[in-house]
Amino acid sequence: MFPGIIGKKIGMTRVFLEEGEMIAVTAIKAGSCFVTQVKNQTKDGYSAVQLGFGQAKHLNAPQRGHLKGIDEVGYLREFRTKDVSSVKRGDKVDVSFLNLGDFVNVSGLSKGKGFAGVVKRHHFAGGPKTHGQSDRHRAPGSIGATTSPGRVLKGMRMAGHMGSKRITVRNLRVIGIDASRNLLLVKGAVPGARKGLLIIEKVRK
Amino acid sequence: MDIRELVEPKMNPNIPQISPGDTVKVSLKISEGGKERLQYFQGMVIRIRRGVDGGSFTVRRVTYGIGVERTFPLQSPLIQSVEVLKHGKVRRAKLYYMRGLSARQARLKERQEKITEQAVYQEEETESS
Repeated sequence: MFPGIIGKKIGMTRVFLEEGEMIAVTAIKAGSCFVTQVKNQTKDGYSAVQLGFGQAKHLNAPQRGHLKGIDEVGYLREFRTKDVSSVKRGDKVDVSFLNLGDFVNVSGLSKGKGFAGVVKRHHFAGGPKTHGQSDRHRAPGSIGATTSPGRVLKGMRMAGHMGSKRITVRNLRVIGIDASRNLLLVKGAVPGARKGLLIIEKVRK
Repeated sequence: MDIRELVEPKMNPNIPQISPGDTVKVSLKISEGGKERLQYFQGMVIRIRRGVDGGSFTVRRVTYGIGVERTFPLQSPLIQSVEVLKHGKVRRAKLYYMRGLSARQARLKERQEKITEQAVYQEEETESS
């Protein structure tokens, strides 16, 4: 059926099973989405399903043309899938295509941390706190040898911008589904802040 | 969009209204080796926390001179019953100061019973005040 769905992160809470087991879950407002385009091998060179989600604030003329006959959605995202025969433009997608116990991959934009040092960004240990140290507490230490090679190797882990990056968390179990409220509960944490856009892909078996 | 509007906590109906300072007896379902039995934990409620997840309460007791605190989620389906044995008179919501007190100091003056239909009051356990 559908390869995935687009959603918005609501927040985290916990649910209890009858046997008393506690599960930390993330609530996602997933859908409803509309199929805005179906791409196939012959015409586009690859097959994919394009979904639209949310409400657009403003659409320009080409966007309106692309969405003719469908709701004015604010976000368009593509899902690569081999089988597009059962999907057609204008189809409505809601969480009911998932079943309890299914596994999903969830992608989102992680929270931005700004320019972060190596301790925070790469989990370096930093320097000693005592024994006459000054200014070395969160320093990276040596970043290379001397004359040979005479340069810093590429890929050396250093301070820099952290976060605000697309992150995918794989194989999260679906704990709850409520199609009437577009509610999806998955086990564990998902990337990004609340209200962040999430791509939820069903794990292919 | 707030999570509170979407995910309603499933509160355990066996838990009556309790407040900090109450002495309670919590009956907990324990299943071991395929068999189910009840375990009891009796002590003073030193903290009640509310929140998105339904909240929790913490019960403190002192056994053999060792303070033991146990936190129960208000959603937990394992709680069979909570019996309120006594209401303590307290002026704070969180009774963390009980941790620093010895057994004799840690006794609270009893409060007159609130009008709560579920509260169970036992006269014989009344402490001298």
